[in-house]
Amino acid sequence: MTDDGAVQPTPRAGAARQSGGSSRDPRQPIVPTRPPLWRDVRVIGWFAQLVVAVVVVLVVAWLWRNLQTNTRRQNIRINFNYLDQPAGFPIPSNSQFRQTQPVKDALIEAFQNTLRLAGAGLVLATILGIVLGIARLSQNFLVRTASRVYVEFVRNVPLVMLLTLMYIAVVLQLFPAPAKTWDLGPFAIVNVRGFSTSWFTSRPLVLVACLAIVLLVGFVASRLLNRYVDAGGNRTVRTPLLILVVVATAVVAWFAFGVDVTTPARQGLRVQGGITMTPEYFAGLVALVVYTSSHIAEIVRGSIQAVNRGQREAGEALALSGVQRMRFVILPQAMRIAIPAVGNQYLNLVKNSSLAAAISYAEITHITRLSVANRSPAIPSFVLLLGIYLVLSLAIATVMNFYNRRLAIVER
Amino acid sequence: MTDLSTDVAAQELLVPPPEPGAAPAEGPWDWIRRNLLRGPLDAVITLFALLIVGLVLYKLVGFVFFTGRWEIVKVNLAQFMVGRYPRDELWRIVLVLAAASLFGGLVAGYVRKRQLFAGTATTGAPIWAQVLRPLARLWPLVVGVVLLLLLSSSPGPWLTVAIILVTAVAGRLAGPYLPDWAPRALVVIGVALAAFAVWFLTRAAGWDSWGGMMLNVALAIAGISLSFPLGVLLALGRRSKLPFVRVVSVMYIEFFRGVPLYVLLLMSALTLGFFIPPSMDAPGLVVRAVIVFTLFTAAYIAEIVRGGLQSLPSGQTEAAVALGLSTLRVTKEIVLPQALRNVIPAMVGQFISLFKDTTLAGAAMGFFELFQISDAVRAQDAFKGQGLYAETASFAMLLFWIGSITMSRESQRLERKLGVGTR
Repeated sequence: MTDDGAVQPTPRAGAARQSGGSSRDPRQPIVPTRPPLWRDVRVIGWFAQLVVAVVVVLVVAWLWRNLQTNTRRQNIRINFNYLDQPAGFPIPSNSQFRQTQPVKDALIEAFQNTLRLAGAGLVLATILGIVLGIARLSQNFLVRTASRVYVEFVRNVPLVMLLTLMYIAVVLQLFPAPAKTWDLGPFAIVNVRGFSTSWFTSRPLVLVACLAIVLLVGFVASRLLNRYVDAGGNRTVRTPLLILVVVATAVVAWFAFGVDVTTPARQGLRVQGGITMTPEYFAGLVALVVYTSSHIAEIVRGSIQAVNRGQREAGEALALSGVQRMRFVILPQAMRIAIPAVGNQYLNLVKNSSLAAAISYAEITHITRLSVANRSPAIPSFVLLLGIYLVLSLAIATVMNFYNRRLAIVER
Repeated sequence: MTDLSTDVAAQELLVPPPEPGAAPAEGPWDWIRRNLLRGPLDAVITLFALLIVGLVLYKLVGFVFFTGRWEIVKVNLAQFMVGRYPRDELWRIVLVLAAASLFGGLVAGYVRKRQLFAGTATTGAPIWAQVLRPLARLWPLVVGVVLLLLLSSSPGPWLTVAIILVTAVAGRLAGPYLPDWAPRALVVIGVALAAFAVWFLTRAAGWDSWGGMMLNVALAIAGISLSFPLGVLLALGRRSKLPFVRVVSVMYIEFFRGVPLYVLLLMSALTLGFFIPPSMDAPGLVVRAVIVFTLFTAAYIAEIVRGGLQSLPSGQTEAAVALGLSTLRVTKEIVLPQALRNVIPAMVGQFISLFKDTTLAGAAMGFFELFQISDAVRAQDAFKGQGLYAETASFAMLLFWIGSITMSRESQRLERKLGVGTR
């Protein structure tokens, strides 16, 4: 009771103040008195906040006033009406886009292009990054060294230079003229006009539904099979059975949804069918994937090495095979370490897709720059652009945080 | 019980274990078996990798020694390094480099003295090892310098390298004799030197006519040193108990981390004029780039410093508070020195990425840093319409690679020395 008395203000505060030195009654609790205003932590805190607030408000107000003055002098209105004005510029990759269409349409098309680039980049960079990261720890000297040289080189050069090198020196100079097209049949037809390959003709929604059904069936089947094995079933049939179920589902879904593919074919100098990536898209995608995969590879390597070596040794002691050790012991723990850093790389990749503007790929930054050059007001255009990237970043961060929380260790 | 010496199983146990270091010497064949041919699958992988590596090496060697046409790099070497900086004034750059290397040498020498004093230095290495070891460690830099010297067709670069080496060695030898109050003086001298260098170099040509690698380095140094104070303030603000300060810091940091640098650079090139009163002159492109780099990097530095602050055990702050120190003094004398020491390697990483990102300023604003130079020299009369981008770009990329890899290797070494994460 007297313990908390020391911090509780009591009516006898004044008495404690007088009883200083040796004459103080030791049974009397020391009662803190209110310090003077300029030494009171709370007052200092509020004062500091006030100062910060005043500085922030002053800076913002100064910028705002300058903006007002300047726009008034140049007779510019800050609003978003320009979105409905005719664009007045062509989109290089889309011959159907007419210059009389509103700016809005151009931006929507460009946003889709950004998503195409970033989405494909995310998938490919993840796959390549994991492969390279594991290769860096390979027991094979050649594999280990080659992936190390790749990673150490790519990580340490500027991305925008990789992009332009890929575009100017590889795609535009090394890829053959249409008359000398490299023809690899349905897999790839390559010339300087683009990179064609087979692709689905169905609508994306159908493909996603198809994939979702296959994944769902696979998930349920693996659960059921695990339960069967746990109950003492024959464990050798587990994996083949699972593969069989998944493949069968895929085949059924393929025909049920009427999924079809189109393959590219040469007709004179043109390529018919298939899906053709423009040189800009191809160069941008390759450079982004190469760059990001090298960063992901380092994260994967670091995460695998960060798993306690006792875990690896315990796996060996349990007589797990190398693949089993990786799959059931190392990777689940490494994933937990890697996810936040990989999420950062995904954010970087989406932001870096803006650099494809440097090679004139019709993504959102490039189209914004084009529209500003064609008399769209600069400030609203860039505010919109920043907003779009912020929303994209926020979306990715949210997904990664959610995934990270699911993987995190549940501590007591 | 049988006697131990007659028990066969026990006798096996009594065989002394092989002495460490007495393992049979590994022959080249053993090495190949262990590293390339562990099993049939490994052999197939090796074969496949050999094919790819061989192809890449074949193409690379062909490009570097046979098909590549390097005259464009040779002729424009000065362009790549300093851009349009007046050729008569290059001695200014040499002088600044000499001063910087003298300063670096002095710091290295003084650090060595402190290490000897603290007993953490390794001593007793012969003099040739003391010279060769840093050279081996910095091999990318050495290769780069040799390459530049071989490509140069004038005595200028040779003289520059010689002067830098002499001043660096002189500084290193003089460093140990510095008095004990040297650290504070060195910090002051360093800042003064940087300010003087900017003044000294801009007397010949304003920074809007700087170019080449010099501009990349200058932009990166300016960006990181200007953003550092702001970044530390933002990190402290984000961890502050004061709600308004915290919200402002979080908003600033998350905004700048959520948008691409390239867009910010484009925006500052096109719209900065609107935010400046009409009475003021609009700043030049280089200044705009520095402003954007500073604001942008500060957000990242804030996150790095926040990591350092969080890595600090709360007992440190509590002990300082228990000693009766004020919040300001706790931050200044207990928290920041330890937190900042822990984040030096991450800070070097940020500097590397800023160094690489200076190319974006060229791409967005069109001034002639290394990346833009590598594109622009192709338009010269002698080389027009011949492609040659592979040559110029790979040379410029090599310069970036040398700068980045050297810094990243040194920062890894520093990390091991500081014992980050192991203390």
